[in-house]
Amino acid sequence: MSALPTPAPAARPAVPRGGHLRHVLTENPVTLVAAALFAALVLIALFGPWIAPYDPLATAPSIALQPPSAAHWFGTDALGRDILSRCIVAARLDLGLAVAAVALSFVIGATLGAAAGFFGGWLDRIVSRAADTIMAFPLFVLAMGIVAALGNTLANIVIATAIINLPFYIRVARAEANVRRSAGFVESARLAGNSEWGVLMRHVFPNLLPPIAVQVSLNMGWAILNAAGLSFIGLGVRPPTPEWGIMVAEGAQFIVSGEWWVALFPGAVLMLAVFSFNLLGDALRDLLDPRRRT
Amino acid sequence: MMRLALFRIAGAVPNLLGVIVITFLLTRALPGDPAAYFAGLAATPEAIEQIRAQLGLDRSLPVQFVAYLRDLLRGDLGQSLSTGQSVAAEIAARLPASIELTLVALALAVVIALPLGVAAAVRQGSWIDQLARIVTTAGVSLPVFFTGLLLTWLFYFILGWAPSPIGRLDPSFSPPTAYTGFYLVDALLDRDLELWWACARQLIMPAITMALFVLAPITRMTRASMLSVLTSDFVRTARALGLRSPTVLVRYALRNALLPVVTTLGMVFSFLLGSNVLVEKVFAWPGIGSFAIESLTASDYAPVQGFVLTMGVLYVLLNLLIDLAYLLIDPRVAMQA
Repeated sequence: MSALPTPAPAARPAVPRGGHLRHVLTENPVTLVAAALFAALVLIALFGPWIAPYDPLATAPSIALQPPSAAHWFGTDALGRDILSRCIVAARLDLGLAVAAVALSFVIGATLGAAAGFFGGWLDRIVSRAADTIMAFPLFVLAMGIVAALGNTLANIVIATAIINLPFYIRVARAEANVRRSAGFVESARLAGNSEWGVLMRHVFPNLLPPIAVQVSLNMGWAILNAAGLSFIGLGVRPPTPEWGIMVAEGAQFIVSGEWWVALFPGAVLMLAVFSFNLLGDALRDLLDPRRRT
Repeated sequence: MMRLALFRIAGAVPNLLGVIVITFLLTRALPGDPAAYFAGLAATPEAIEQIRAQLGLDRSLPVQFVAYLRDLLRGDLGQSLSTGQSVAAEIAARLPASIELTLVALALAVVIALPLGVAAAVRQGSWIDQLARIVTTAGVSLPVFFTGLLLTWLFYFILGWAPSPIGRLDPSFSPPTAYTGFYLVDALLDRDLELWWACARQLIMPAITMALFVLAPITRMTRASMLSVLTSDFVRTARALGLRSPTVLVRYALRNALLPVVTTLGMVFSFLLGSNVLVEKVFAWPGIGSFAIESLTASDYAPVQGFVLTMGVLYVLLNLLIDLAYLLIDPRVAMQA
């Protein structure tokens, strides 16, 4: 990353964007599939309640635990609720939790990291030490502890997920701000009479956005997994709210007796969502930052 | 070498302190008022105040922190309200189950990921490289609780190969003598192969589930680091001198390529210990993860804090171990000192 002796004034890709985008999309057909999946997910999250064929909360004991059929594509759960409808409606909550958490860690982490890298000194030491301390825990375990301590609510799921992702944003922003603190364009912005904060926010910060955008996209899948994992162990989301993690947990007991659809459909939807986010994240990294490709 | 090792050990102390401070702060942010809890429902405000003073909750944070440290040094993590036992004893009794599962999963992942990563690097672009690419992308996308249930359905319900997912040992067996707490080791020490096989059968499915999850980072790193080593001058020289291909690959390339892989083990352990909680719930594995989940469901928070602290300390120690292993594997690090 810092291999270049002097960082380019603007980290915008030098390649013509349209051509490169087409190259990234066509070189790997999987990326196209992932993009289509992603678009479908976003639509489902936006319009889920209108798409769902049944009321996700309506119980019907007479049709409990029915295998997938023409009427109920994903089958029904122990209370006779339609699993497909529940999976569809859950998209908004699952994606919403992840987006909120990533947005929070992006805003806080990027600001703290950029300030730490740009100003250095005691601020840098405190911020870096805080990031190291968070990283000294197995992250999912720390998230559990935070939710247990702050209280078992949805908002705290978001906060916990945001906190465990903070170090990644802090580190990227800090490293990128640090190599630019005395770059030519920064010096000239200083000479032009800008305050230090003004230089940081208006001149340095925009240059940090491409690498941080890559971090965001690589982070989304992991944030979804994390939030769903927390609700799988009974934190945050409460029944009967439809959410993928808690639906898998509700269906887990039926696996050994062969009613696989109750747990495996929501789990598969969750997996597809994370998979498409991760593939798109890789594609975006190739697009914005080809050097980090492995 | 010795001095460097001591230096590394000293370097772990701030992290250890950080873990303790964070756990302490989480303790203070606890929902509910412990004083009100201990006083009971019918307590008067004065009685609650009195208990607050008894528990030391009315003192300043630094004073409370010192008291917390003193309790920790005595190995006192508080009482579990749901089991009535001390948290430290409960965790100590369950820790071997979690560690055994984690280590077997790690070994399994390494045994599969290293050859896969090496093969993908040597035959770049071949089918095995494509396979490695699928494994690395799919592996990090799989929710472990989903993989666990999928494997259970497939291998227990459909094929009938795996035993039912009900913990460390089928109830028809009695556990081996507790020498180490690791059933696989203890059963061998008891010279009871039938028992050993019964324990191994229960362990295989949860271990595979966890291994699948961490396969991805190890494979990805092995492939990337093998690729860069294979293009280096010393490998070209070794080839030019006519050394056999396996010798070049294993003795020269792999040994150097392993260094960055060892560094990523830190992240791998973070994944492993985190997914451990979910896997233990799926397979009713009686480790500290399922203990923490049971306590969480019962709003019993002392065990959860004990669990977070144990995991944090374990993780710091594992990272220290990785650092020290690095000194042994890479003589250059020791030379620079």
